[in-house]
Amino acid sequence: MMTPIHISPSSLREGRWYEYVIRFALGGAATVFTGIVSGRYGASVGGLFLALPAIFCASATLIEKHEIRRKREAGLSGERRGQEAAALDAAGAALGALGMLAFAGVFLWLVERSVAAAFAAASLAWIVVSVAAWFVRRKLRFARRVVRETNGSAMPTRRASDDLRRE
Amino acid sequence: MTEYLVRFLVGGIVVSAFAMLGDVLKPKSFAGLFGAAPSVALATLGIAIYQHSPSYAATQSFSMMAGAIALIIYSVVVCQLLIRARMRALPATTASIVVWLFVAFGLWFIAGIQT
Repeated sequence: MMTPIHISPSSLREGRWYEYVIRFALGGAATVFTGIVSGRYGASVGGLFLALPAIFCASATLIEKHEIRRKREAGLSGERRGQEAAALDAAGAALGALGMLAFAGVFLWLVERSVAAAFAAASLAWIVVSVAAWFVRRKLRFARRVVRETNGSAMPTRRASDDLRRE
Repeated sequence: MTEYLVRFLVGGIVVSAFAMLGDVLKPKSFAGLFGAAPSVALATLGIAIYQHSPSYAATQSFSMMAGAIALIIYSVVVCQLLIRARMRALPATTASIVVWLFVAFGLWFIAGIQT
């Protein structure tokens, strides 16, 4: 079976220069903010903000904007499609957050033994858990839709393969 | 001042790198994984170890687990607001920050991480 994941470097051309500046500034600001909170209220409170979805807000908004722009160029409103694209990004972020939980757990377990091993193993845990969760979700969605189509219990407005292609 | 400048630059570079990786990957739900990449964590934990100690970073990563659970719930709420309530991305993602704060601090208190 072919992997559904692919790289599309042309997507980078869709972004405007100021969008990259915004993301850089937000990333920098979130890191400074976490440092300030840790310094003022302690490492325990500061640690919570390592998972603050500050950058996600910008990413989802940009994804929606790009989708709307693409549809408008094709003469369509694109508002709904933009919301759907941002929702797919949010669904992916939920799975990525599961990986982030694994990252934190592995880092906590190893950091006092070996700093380098903690960073390497925690990063590996993040990517493995996130990607595995994504594949499991994809399989489940596909299986559910196939069952629905076979039973004819729902109006087959979209085929399972179409649904996965949209993702 | 230098410390904050270093934090800003390191955080900006790491976050931008993950964001660009998410931009070029398809499908969209897979790219979304990078929206929850531990980019701020990588930058902050590295600086924490350099400035303080591994045990300081361990305390931060323990709290981060509560933040990550809150992020899972936050992402699901955002997804529902976009699809069911048909909200736009900016109001949906910013309004849901309240959910993240509530869950993160709720877990923090329940787990007694502050002690």
